[in-house]
Amino acid sequence: MYRYDEFDHAFVRERVAEFKDQVERRLSGALTEEEFRPLRLRNGLYLQLHAYMLRIAIPYGVLSPRQLRQLAMIGRRFDRGYGHFTTRQNLQFNWVKLVDIPDVLAALAEVGMHCIQTSGNCVRNTTSDPFAAAANDELEDPRPWCEMLRQWSMLHPEFNWLPRKFKIAVSGAAEDRAATAFHDIGLRIVRGPDGENGFRVLVGGGMGRTPYVGQEIRPFLKKEHLLSYVESILRVYNLLGRRDNIYKARIKILVNQLGIDTFREAVEADWEATHKSAVDLPEDEQRRILSYFAPPDLPPQPARDEKVGARRETDPAFANWYKHNVLAHRVPGYSSVVISLKEPGRTPGDASSDAMDLVADLAERFSQDELRVSYTQNLILPHVAIADIPALYDALAGADLATGNNELLGDMICCPGLDYCNLANARSIPIAKEIAKRFEDPARQEVIGQLRLNMSGCINACGHHHSGNIGILGVDKKGTELYQITLGGNPKDDASVGSIIGPGFRAEAVPDVIDTIVNTYLENRDEGESFLDTWRRVGAPPFKEALYGAR
Amino acid sequence: MPSVITANRLTDGIVVYLASDGEWTEQIAEARLADTDEEIKALEAEAEKAVQERLVISVYPMPIALNDGAVDPLSVRERIRAAHRTTLTKDWYDVPL
Ligand code: HEM
Ligand code: SF4
Repeated sequence: MYRYDEFDHAFVRERVAEFKDQVERRLSGALTEEEFRPLRLRNGLYLQLHAYMLRIAIPYGVLSPRQLRQLAMIGRRFDRGYGHFTTRQNLQFNWVKLVDIPDVLAALAEVGMHCIQTSGNCVRNTTSDPFAAAANDELEDPRPWCEMLRQWSMLHPEFNWLPRKFKIAVSGAAEDRAATAFHDIGLRIVRGPDGENGFRVLVGGGMGRTPYVGQEIRPFLKKEHLLSYVESILRVYNLLGRRDNIYKARIKILVNQLGIDTFREAVEADWEATHKSAVDLPEDEQRRILSYFAPPDLPPQPARDEKVGARRETDPAFANWYKHNVLAHRVPGYSSVVISLKEPGRTPGDASSDAMDLVADLAERFSQDELRVSYTQNLILPHVAIADIPALYDALAGADLATGNNELLGDMICCPGLDYCNLANARSIPIAKEIAKRFEDPARQEVIGQLRLNMSGCINACGHHHSGNIGILGVDKKGTELYQITLGGNPKDDASVGSIIGPGFRAEAVPDVIDTIVNTYLENRDEGESFLDTWRRVGAPPFKEALYGAR
Repeated sequence: MPSVITANRLTDGIVVYLASDGEWTEQIAEARLADTDEEIKALEAEAEKAVQERLVISVYPMPIALNDGAVDPLSVRERIRAAHRTTLTKDWYDVPL
């Protein structure tokens, strides 16, 4: 795993000292709120509904046990004992005090973490596949490339005041587990014509009020040109992107206005003019960064473990959890384990400080000191020996962290909504809770199979409702919270934006509505079809009929 | 419609209301009511002073209703703010929040 070098450490410490001074000047009156606001946002500090909120970057979703323990400590000492893992592989604390922020940032810096570029019109945290270097369908580890992007984009003088925020995601596996098509730039590692790996580059994807699936700007980019090509995309966007209208300022609007071909020409022209000279990393520097990500030494083990097999036979809860949350690893005898933060009744993505401490311990005991955060708001132990799974399960179950619903209906993505967020139109957390209650029976979820249900409390779409197989969007209709349903979104390969199915529903009706949609799917599905397959085959009519037919 | 003035406290961001005694309180029940436009303006001026004195930020007047003498913040958003918590309770939509 990448460790900050002396330069990074010195830089982050300087930044902590600088912001400490800015906080002091705000408290003493030397800075007004108007002057202070952009400074605090540059350091990830928002003012929300109830209090200040601090957003901490977890670069490409990789955390060490030491870092997670420090987050637990911060939650306990400076917040209310919990934090919220977000779809951008960040952690948000919801109740921090301005006066404590300098101490919190200093505590983060101790473990090489910070909040820089978690807000503002700059390149945000680069997100990635949480199963990097573990998944058995992986072509190449995406993390070193994320790290190069991180270093390149950090305080990049040219790109610190873009027209709008900018989000990049990288995936190196056959299956896209990073929703690359819904990012400003999506990078997929693919095998090229000469058998070497490179990037398929997507551009102009995004959520928000104008959702778009990213379009291919380049089918294959040689790896060594990653930085120069991305830089050319950003340069063209920086020059041509709109700054007059915040709703039209994202790169997706520019790409769609120009058309992908014209946009590509502009990028290629800039790239031709600059790339030989500019920012591509020299080979030895590339090698240096790659070496940080050397996978752990995992001696292959027998793929079957008798004790695990026996437990699956006799313990249905274990068997169910194992089936969904224990995923294939590329080394025989190992697996990656998803720790669901979606126990029914809890806020999706929230983790208590106690849970964080426990997971940090378990990562040390069972997963080579490694742990990850997924954009679907769960935690992951990437390298667990299969023989250790029962002990791990027992430890998780004792802390209510062994919900076996990974990628099932209960594994909802959910933004904070009106319970925390200043921009929200409606609540999302209590809706998620009611849906979880309705579908609590694991046997029912089992019958339904893989289903991505995503929910946002406003059109900003932080909860990825556009890419949910079922999406729920909270709106405000004359003071009443209403929920608009979209169907057919897909964050993976062959990505799609969901379609609005009809008029919205009141909060109380939402669990019934989801029930009706699910039942319609079950009635219509052919053998082996997922929700998405059925939707794509039968389209909206049966769902409309079931939801509105009686009206 | 009666109104109260709400804000967030500078030091910790917590939701507060301008109270009868001129202090800022976390309890909406203690908020000072303004009935006319002039009264609202006067309270806003007082709140503006508190902004200058760095007590609060993000000040705005907010309409309320009085139900049997109790202050009702009217919108879901303001009910959640006034409660200083989230609405994750068992029977959430039956709860008057
Ligand atoms: C609570 C404070 C938050 C604020 C003020 C906020 C603000 C916003 C805004 C304004 C947008 C729309 C950007 C655009 O369309 O140009 C947005 C998008 C987004 N946010 Fe948030 N957000 C917040 C929390 C979160 C949380 C908790 C998550 C994760 C659960 C998140 C993840 C995202 C994602 C994934 C998008 C859509 C991707 C895109 O940029 O197109 N945000 N956010
Ligand atoms: S989608 Fe809206 S309500 Fe939800 S976190 Fe984003 S801005 Fe807030």
